Amino acid sequence: MVERRPGLTLLAHVVLALGVAVVAFPLYVTLVASTQTAEQIAQQAPMSLLPGDNLLRTYRTALFGGETGFGSRIAPVAPMLWVSFVSAMVIAIGKIAISLLSAFAFVYFRFPGRGLCFWMVFITLMLPVEVRIGPTYEVVSDLGMLNTYAGLTVPLIASATATFLFRQFFLTVPDELVEAARIDGAGPMRFFRDVLVPLSATSIAALFVIQFIYGWNQYLWPLLVTTDESRYPIVMGIRRMISAGDAANEWNVIMATAVLAMVPPALVVLLMQKWFVKGLVDSEK
Amino acid sequence: MSVEKRVRFRSVWLPWVLIAPQMAIVLVFFFWPAGQALVQSLQVQDAFGTSVQFVGLENFRNLWNDETYLASFWTTAQFSVLVASIGIVIALLLATMADSIVRGALIYKTLLIVPYAVAPAVVGVLWLFMFAPSVGIVSHALRSVGFEWNHLLNSNHAMALIVAAAVWKQISYNFLFFLAGLQSIPRSLIEAAAIDGAGPWRRFWTIVFPLLSPTTFFLLVINVVYAFFDTFAIIDASTQGGPGKDTSILVYKLYYDGFKALDLGGSAAQSVVLMTIVIALTVVQFRYVEKRVQY
Repeated sequence: MVERRPGLTLLAHVVLALGVAVVAFPLYVTLVASTQTAEQIAQQAPMSLLPGDNLLRTYRTALFGGETGFGSRIAPVAPMLWVSFVSAMVIAIGKIAISLLSAFAFVYFRFPGRGLCFWMVFITLMLPVEVRIGPTYEVVSDLGMLNTYAGLTVPLIASATATFLFRQFFLTVPDELVEAARIDGAGPMRFFRDVLVPLSATSIAALFVIQFIYGWNQYLWPLLVTTDESRYPIVMGIRRMISAGDAANEWNVIMATAVLAMVPPALVVLLMQKWFVKGLVDSEK
Repeated sequence: MSVEKRVRFRSVWLPWVLIAPQMAIVLVFFFWPAGQALVQSLQVQDAFGTSVQFVGLENFRNLWNDETYLASFWTTAQFSVLVASIGIVIALLLATMADSIVRGALIYKTLLIVPYAVAPAVVGVLWLFMFAPSVGIVSHALRSVGFEWNHLLNSNHAMALIVAAAVWKQISYNFLFFLAGLQSIPRSLIEAAAIDGAGPWRRFWTIVFPLLSPTTFFLLVINVVYAFFDTFAIIDASTQGGPGKDTSILVYKLYYDGFKALDLGGSAAQSVVLMTIVIALTVVQFRYVEKRVQY
């Protein structure tokens, strides 16, 4: 054990407390603003840092929409939450499913073109959607997938990271298990379902957290492929609310929407913290 | 760890069925569009999309001569250097402190990982709200100490705003990786140094920091990639590339030129330039990963 220095421990706590305060401050301001009225925020400037009494009204307006004090219409956020949830789930589960299957093929089979296929999956790491937005939009449009859940999710489901993670994990699974399965007369799919997938439970949980957040937080892609308000995810919906300009924005409703957009992914991260940290660090190895 | 399994299943068709979904998506939504971008970058289309002409490298030459594009390059360079360096320094400081304390580390850690879950677009909106010239709580605080904040007019302020928002969002990621790196350093090394009389400051610079260098380098690459490609939503939600084009990074310009200005050939050429940058960064990252395995 190294020497104890109470002064240093105190310093560490001070630095960490400051760090946490800076990290938490924007979140706190958001929460407080969502409990006030738009007039309080716009006219009091700077707004009060104490919670107001408009919490229920603000969230009701945000969730179900309505008229504002300035007479503008606010789109209801509840359907957007649903779109976000469905897309995030489809993306997370889809990525995990197709990566499990392809990692299984890459590790447990030998077939012509295996190297080429693996290499092609690897290359996708170098083609993030941001650098090929135009042509990808055209493909989705040609396939008639604009304004559909399929358009929002399917193009994002390929995953080199998840495929690599499962491949690495499968390589550590003892060969004896395959031999035992064979002796018991189990075919490859039976082995996959009854041995490999249960063994991968931890990796699956870890990837689920990361991919759910990835799916929930998508912004550029929905911006391109949705023009119909009923298919807007919440992250995109909030951006559309800030167009009125500084003081004229319904900041309380916007901040309530921000809270609603943050809570689901934050809950997933916090409740699955252990798997999340493991998955994050492992998937980059 | 072996790279190949000794034991395999035999089937002619099953592996193809297994990889089919992944390959279909990869081909249709990755390779085809990337190929299209390559082709389009060598073409010019008229405004109505009726005629297409092959022009060789002209689109690239135009980019090279386009002052706004070069300015966007410079903006991106400044932005990514600031985001990566500030983010890494703060996270390293916090991780070192969190690693040194016994009690309460879990609470700090839990609070520090929350920004990871917040969507970049929401991050942009939160920071915009705090710094909005008329209603923002921070802009008011700054004004009360005599600093006139206005990111709508002052491009340095706008840059500071998006850097702060981008660093805030990425703190969790950097922090977790530094913490994992610190925890993998053998205690015995630190104890040995302590017995030899090295104080905490000296121990950090002569033992901890050098042993963390693979993590630091890895995070440097990841943060640059993040600043280049994942900050689009932050910028679109806060400054929208303004004032003027002063916070319009390459990805933002690509989006703007392709979808707002509808310059197909030019934006395809921009796509190709960006792809080259990602490929270079990925190669750097993976060559380094190989080294780390030996290490």
